[in-house]
Amino acid sequence: MPIAAERRITESMSPIKPAAFGYAEARHLLWRAGFGGTPNQIQTLVGWGPEKAVDYILDYDKVAYDSPGERQFDPDIMRPPTEEERRASAEARRTADEDTLAKFRQLRQMAEQEDRRQVREMQKWWLKRMVETPRPLEEKMTLFWHGHFATSNRTIENSYHMYVQNQMFRNHAVGNFGDLLFGIIRDPAMIAYLDNNDSRKNRPNENLAREIMELFALGIGNYSERDIKEGARALTGYTFEDDRFVFQRNNHDTGTKSILGSSGAIDGDGFVKIILAQRACADFISRKLYHHFAAEVAPAEAAPRVDDLQGPARAAIRTLASTMLAARYEVKPVLRRLFLSEHFYSPGLLNEQVKSPVELIVGAIRSLNCPARDLGVLNDALDLMGQSILFPPSVKGWAGGRSWVNTSTLFVRQNILAFLLTGKRPRGYDATADTQKYDPTPLLAELEKADPAAAKDPAKVADYMLRLTLGQAPSHAADALRAFLASTGNQVTRDSLIAVLLLITAMPEYQLC
Amino acid sequence: MTTDPTAYSRRHFLFNGLMLASAAATVPAFLEGTAHAMTRRLLQAGTSSLPGVPDDRILVVIQLSGGNDGLNTLVPFASPEYYRARPGINIPEGQALPLSGADGLGLHPQLRPLMDMYDEGHVAIVPGVGYPNPNRSHFKSMDIWHTADTTATGDGWIGRYIDSECCGTGKGESGRPETPAPQDAAGGPPGIAIGRSAPLAMQGRYVKPVSFESADLFRWSGEEIHPALKETYDKIARTGVTEGVPAESTAAYLMRTTLDAQVSSDLIRKAVAMRPQVAYPGSDLARQMSMIASMIRAGLKTRVYYATLGGFDTHAGQGGPQGRHAQLLGQYAGALRAFYADLAAQGNDARVLTMTFSEFGRRVSQNASSGTDHGTAAPMVLAGPMVRPGLHGQHPSLRDLDDGDLRFTTDFRAVYAGIIEGWLKGDSKGILEGTYRPVPVIRES
Repeated sequence: MPIAAERRITESMSPIKPAAFGYAEARHLLWRAGFGGTPNQIQTLVGWGPEKAVDYILDYDKVAYDSPGERQFDPDIMRPPTEEERRASAEARRTADEDTLAKFRQLRQMAEQEDRRQVREMQKWWLKRMVETPRPLEEKMTLFWHGHFATSNRTIENSYHMYVQNQMFRNHAVGNFGDLLFGIIRDPAMIAYLDNNDSRKNRPNENLAREIMELFALGIGNYSERDIKEGARALTGYTFEDDRFVFQRNNHDTGTKSILGSSGAIDGDGFVKIILAQRACADFISRKLYHHFAAEVAPAEAAPRVDDLQGPARAAIRTLASTMLAARYEVKPVLRRLFLSEHFYSPGLLNEQVKSPVELIVGAIRSLNCPARDLGVLNDALDLMGQSILFPPSVKGWAGGRSWVNTSTLFVRQNILAFLLTGKRPRGYDATADTQKYDPTPLLAELEKADPAAAKDPAKVADYMLRLTLGQAPSHAADALRAFLASTGNQVTRDSLIAVLLLITAMPEYQLC
Repeated sequence: MTTDPTAYSRRHFLFNGLMLASAAATVPAFLEGTAHAMTRRLLQAGTSSLPGVPDDRILVVIQLSGGNDGLNTLVPFASPEYYRARPGINIPEGQALPLSGADGLGLHPQLRPLMDMYDEGHVAIVPGVGYPNPNRSHFKSMDIWHTADTTATGDGWIGRYIDSECCGTGKGESGRPETPAPQDAAGGPPGIAIGRSAPLAMQGRYVKPVSFESADLFRWSGEEIHPALKETYDKIARTGVTEGVPAESTAAYLMRTTLDAQVSSDLIRKAVAMRPQVAYPGSDLARQMSMIASMIRAGLKTRVYYATLGGFDTHAGQGGPQGRHAQLLGQYAGALRAFYADLAAQGNDARVLTMTFSEFGRRVSQNASSGTDHGTAAPMVLAGPMVRPGLHGQHPSLRDLDDGDLRFTTDFRAVYAGIIEGWLKGDSKGILEGTYRPVPVIRES
């Protein structure tokens, strides 16, 4: 059954014409390639036109950013026991020395506790980066890779390894996918998460090889069980000691393997090279990038090959995959192609994506220019909304899309916005409310510039705020806001603007971007 | 086939909706789905109109967080090894409450209210519950119990049960995640957890539980800021899907969810606003249990409720017949007793089974700080008039230890299987992804 939305989608991957790049398009770009923007930022991009706007966002390394707190995290909280400690605890076990054993257990528990504190600090550190960075795409892509190569601290219980992995994602955020894949088979967090440190020459553990094929690079239907078994052999000996990657030669299976049609004494790097040589790999990553930045597409389980897809997404993903292959897996040219395409700005793609909890919170702070207030409260809310960063639910990452929103998370989503706007805590009482005052009136500056009278007209202000927050001003919402303003004095003040924002952020459409 | 968007209006929803509106992808599917659900229910009427039907049955889970000391809960007072291992923190033989039908085992004296229920035949105890290669991390072991999987991965076991009831799925990957489960009835969500966040155990692939610390927080907080806001908010939330919004769009899905949230919020808040019919003790667990009793009394269609009591990580100064651990056990038993008295006054007690567990027990020997460290097996308690009362299975030996720890005698998944098969009338093999001989904790009726 053809649906109305599809008719509003163009297949054209040609560059969008500057004349077609207006307020709605610039706003869309800011949300999808970042975490939204203020009216001023939207107008700036409109003035620049699509080429300059997209390049500014993509070439973020030209934007200076003194990254906060690079060296604040302690690498040694979960360090492995020293040789001496190992001997002492073995001796205590041998002699059933309960006191010494209890001491070791206690030390371990203290370290675990300290590490839980540190991982919480890391969550807040990352959240702060996302809120304040002038290079939003860098953080958005770091979050994308975190969801793609999903690793949870809940399993590995080593915050520093999570940090090292996070920095790797950031360093290669719009870099080369191949580098990421070579990096991930050397990454202590991933090796621990998928048990490759337990893989032995004569007893290979298949976890890492399986997930590389199924979830990280190829997708179901593009490999066989035998390829997994052989891949696991290639990855034997890839492990880590403390915070360092180690290749254990004596634990590596040097025999001949046959993977996806290639054979030889393949090692981990050879395994990755074979995967990158598959057309399915460029297809798979392009599809995932498209799904994340443009529009939902059927997962690999439902449609293993891009050709199995339906609708305009198929042509778009094919173009992106060709771009990716031509660029030898560089990600930036792929994103450039997408962000400049007419397809990306199809009316049917605008405001159709459910904001992830991170996008909801960070996007509100950045686009409404309100205080972040309390990173701890925000971090707790992320957990309640189902996106605890550094703790994805499984190796599949977050399901995303509609699964973000149910009756429970909807109230959390609405209430965390009320907290950002007013300081009223989502739980608890006003006595503990955050007292920083938020003033949304500067948001009206762009409206005033264009039409000074409109900035004082409640009806026009309501429309303007709706277009900023929802990207559109549907009549039912505009009517409700106008009626509200009329019943409360019909004035444009700081308070009435906050009230308007409270109502808008509680609207179903506010969950979309 | 209608695509009239007003079909989603609140009026329509109230008259036709047995399912939550967000469950429906399109108008026709919404109506068909409802009709289908009703037909299925009618087809099952042969069994489901009998008393004690699965549809009427409720499972309440009480989680004791931190690792409850099983040996001071179900005390092996006839065992000299127990007293040797715990010179400072044992329960003296004369103070343990001996269980009839269980030689040498007794309850902690603070569990007197539980003892009374046991004597009435309303309590089943499974001693020595655990799993192979016990994990001593609170988080990992809790996840193992929640997922019923020793790798601690996958969806929650209760979530999988609710999924299988609603969507005919088990743990498998089939189905379309973008199609939310047809949640049963505008009578409330299928699972409610009292607490800050919803436990993993209740997270299904399709059906997600509702959770709130107090029902007061299960609502939009903006409404307290100005009364005029609430009026406008209600109007927006209750509009449902508005004209011009394609029925299958994400926007329409969000509009339906907003409407659902508003309806559930009202329903739940109204339910817990009712005064309980008995007096509850003043503990936090008692507060949670009285909320649950009120929701049951209000007739919510919720099948599973979840409550939590924390503080069981007694590494230091855990005490014996009195002290920290004793106090926690007292809170637990007092809340449970009041809960069943409340349910009995409502006439709902036979519909409710309560299962109590903790992520692990504690080591047999006390440590240097007059406490106990993380251990392994511990007893599970099942309460309610429909349990098969008494002791189920062997208490672990205190002579044959595994590196100072108890060896488990019953796999926790066998207890889950007993609950799924005997109480919820589900398929334990599919839900638990394995075959466990169900522990017969439920009366054959």
